[in-house]
Amino acid sequence: MTTTLKPVDAVLVGFGWTGAIMGQQLCDAGLSVVALERGPWRDTPTDFATGFAQDELRYMWRHHLFQNVSDDTLTIRNTVNQEALPMRRLGSFLLGTGVGSGGVHWNGQIWRFLPTDFLTKSHNEKRYGKKAVSAYDMTVQDWGVTYDELEPHYDQFDRLCGTSGKAGNLKGQIQPGGNPFEGPRANEYPNPPMQQTYGPTLFGKAAAELGRHPFPHPTGNMSQPYTNPLGAQMGACTYCGFCEKFGCGNYSKASPQTTVLPYLLQKSNFTLKTECEVLRVELTADKKRATGVTYVNSAGEEFFQPAEMVILSAYVLQNVRLLLLSGIGKPYDPKTGEGVVGKNYAYQTMSSVNVFFDDKLINPFIGAGALATVIDDFNGDNFDHGGLGFIGGAYIAGMITGGRPIEMIYTPQGTPAWGLEWKHAAAKNYLRSFSLSIHGSCMSARGNYLDLDPTYRDIHGRPMLRMTFDFTQNDHKMSDYLTDRAAEVAKAMNPREIKLNRRTGSWSVVPYQTTHNTGGAIMGDNPRNSVVNKYLQSWDVANVFSMGAGAFPQNAGYNPTATLAALAYLSADAIKSQYLKAPGPLVRG
Amino acid sequence: MVTKVNLRRRQLLIGSVAAGIAGTTAATVHDGELGAPPQTIRGAVPWKEGAADAPPGATGTGYVYFTPVEAAFIEAAVARLIPNDPVGPGAVEANVPFFLDRQLAGPFGRGDHYYLGGPWPKGTPEQGYQSRFNPAQFYRAAISAIDQYVGANLGAATFSKLAAAEQDKLLQGMESGEVKLDGGVDAKSFFAMFLQNTKEGYFSDPIYGGNKDMGAWKMIGFPGAHYNYKDWVTRHGEPVPFPPVGFKGRPGWREA
Repeated sequence: MTTTLKPVDAVLVGFGWTGAIMGQQLCDAGLSVVALERGPWRDTPTDFATGFAQDELRYMWRHHLFQNVSDDTLTIRNTVNQEALPMRRLGSFLLGTGVGSGGVHWNGQIWRFLPTDFLTKSHNEKRYGKKAVSAYDMTVQDWGVTYDELEPHYDQFDRLCGTSGKAGNLKGQIQPGGNPFEGPRANEYPNPPMQQTYGPTLFGKAAAELGRHPFPHPTGNMSQPYTNPLGAQMGACTYCGFCEKFGCGNYSKASPQTTVLPYLLQKSNFTLKTECEVLRVELTADKKRATGVTYVNSAGEEFFQPAEMVILSAYVLQNVRLLLLSGIGKPYDPKTGEGVVGKNYAYQTMSSVNVFFDDKLINPFIGAGALATVIDDFNGDNFDHGGLGFIGGAYIAGMITGGRPIEMIYTPQGTPAWGLEWKHAAAKNYLRSFSLSIHGSCMSARGNYLDLDPTYRDIHGRPMLRMTFDFTQNDHKMSDYLTDRAAEVAKAMNPREIKLNRRTGSWSVVPYQTTHNTGGAIMGDNPRNSVVNKYLQSWDVANVFSMGAGAFPQNAGYNPTATLAALAYLSADAIKSQYLKAPGPLVRG
Repeated sequence: MVTKVNLRRRQLLIGSVAAGIAGTTAATVHDGELGAPPQTIRGAVPWKEGAADAPPGATGTGYVYFTPVEAAFIEAAVARLIPNDPVGPGAVEANVPFFLDRQLAGPFGRGDHYYLGGPWPKGTPEQGYQSRFNPAQFYRAAISAIDQYVGANLGAATFSKLAAAEQDKLLQGMESGEVKLDGGVDAKSFFAMFLQNTKEGYFSDPIYGGNKDMGAWKMIGFPGAHYNYKDWVTRHGEPVPFPPVGFKGRPGWREA
């Protein structure tokens, strides 16, 4: 039996970053808002106190804060010709759940995409010709939104998080010490950059000698105490080296808990319900309007929550699945290229270079989520791709997030994975090595998509999401080229030796790469090429909004969080200034 | 019963079996985030006394999961994966077999964060773990299959009776996938899990039963669960003099 609840103005499905931002924005506009989170309540003193937060086994390897795949996972395959099988254990990406979700256990890497990243198709086509954007069955698109439109909202997110960094481009003026390739920003970062440890410092020196343009990584790890515009207070980071995959016990990492919740939870028009999993969005008979959502809680009770607006603010993979399960929009068919829901799933193309010294103590355990010196010379279209045979790029970071020994002991090329030789190599190299991270774009392609699995079901009896994905030749070429550029910097640091970890072969679910899944609910300028308009509003059901990186038509060479947060703010602005006055499509299809 | 079971708000009783106090079977409790009671939160950040989500350490002595035959395999095999010498402790000296036992007896062994539903085709290497076994079952089946293989092919009763060089050769064969085992055990897949778990026991906080006296941390120079390095961030290349510290402190503290 389903219990029907009191109607609300807006229901939020999922409560991570975009849920927190939309909750705050819509409650401040006076709307009644209910947020439904499938996972538990979590807060800093209870769930990741400094007394036990630094636990590599529990959080990284036993997945204590991550989605538990035992009753709901997805199925995976590389091509349409294979049988998709369940991801039986988290590996390549570490999905979040619970209040704050991935916003709790992210690194705090805060990047803006380049102005040209929003024009992937038109810009590259103009500069390199039609083939450059259609080779390898690529299906890249423009976003339908520009950097200039998003800039004020990137800025909003910087202020919310207290981003620590150094501007490289203030209103068109290039600033020393920052990223000269970034789009113009209206304001300097709210906090100065973090101090750099030895490894990132050596990287920056070597990169500068090669004529590159190193700068400190912009970060949601606090370089000093900070109070954000909502009044939430954060403390200075202690460089403990347990950031990514962990919650911060020190209120030093921007998260929904540290930046939004202390404010939002005091508002009488906001309610957060935990352990409530939304099964589907309910539509009117003509499928033109959502009436609310049906959810089931951990006690097994089923509810219908009527709402004037449904905001899908879960992770990419859940948002796309809910669209498919609810019959919102036409599912994508890779054979015909028709339909849009599930189209252009993309990822991130990661590789690395390990650097080993004899004479330098790197002390890798002194780290933070986004503690790095970075070069952006080979990202996006910051360099001439003529004759290279690929589009896109990566940032290269001399980065030390920590020295957690189960995950992060680097041994030289040819060292066995066990035995005395491995042990001796671990003992010799742990303090004297670190890794350069090559964080590459991932272009969408015709055969990479999301749909519903025909075989496997979750505990509620719903089909699991099926992911069909492999890296394209474009991405392999890009990644090889960028790995070579990173190796140049590595060699310029005069180490004893280096080790290249290229991205080879097909995508595998086993080794951890990154939790930057994108696409499937992509945005665009018309309903034939996209699921949502630039305000993240469904073209088909005007009172449904789909947040998050699912809106990215392809993925740029940066971490996605700031961009998906800026998109949420843009959406909230349009809802407040236009939609509430005249509920209906914000853009004519 | 040595496995500590605290029924905290994070843990779920599957079905209606009464459980949840120390001393009852751990097999009905989920670790992690599934199935806390639903909560409605409004008006303020909620606060609940005594709710800290502290880690569940290993307790007791001796094995609760491994049979004597299995323990013989584990002790012999981890000694090859991480042998003992003056550079640093071996896996046996670091108490890794005890760690593995407690892990397999607990939520990890039960496959608490694994999806184990069917059907179970073999899949491609890129699709990762595709066994129906949870880790505890997988270890049991694999150890039995390995000893069987040794009996049939290498002329010894069990793995533990082989000479060290022969043990290494067999482990290498499992690692590469050259050695094929019976009993539905994919040797390569088991080796990957076993090596990973061994390193986990070697390098994790001592509360989990391995990394005895933080010997593995001392060997590499990792200071452990240290909270604040602010004074050391810009002291580039200097040795950091902190001896390792775990959640329960370090031996030096007790001497004072």
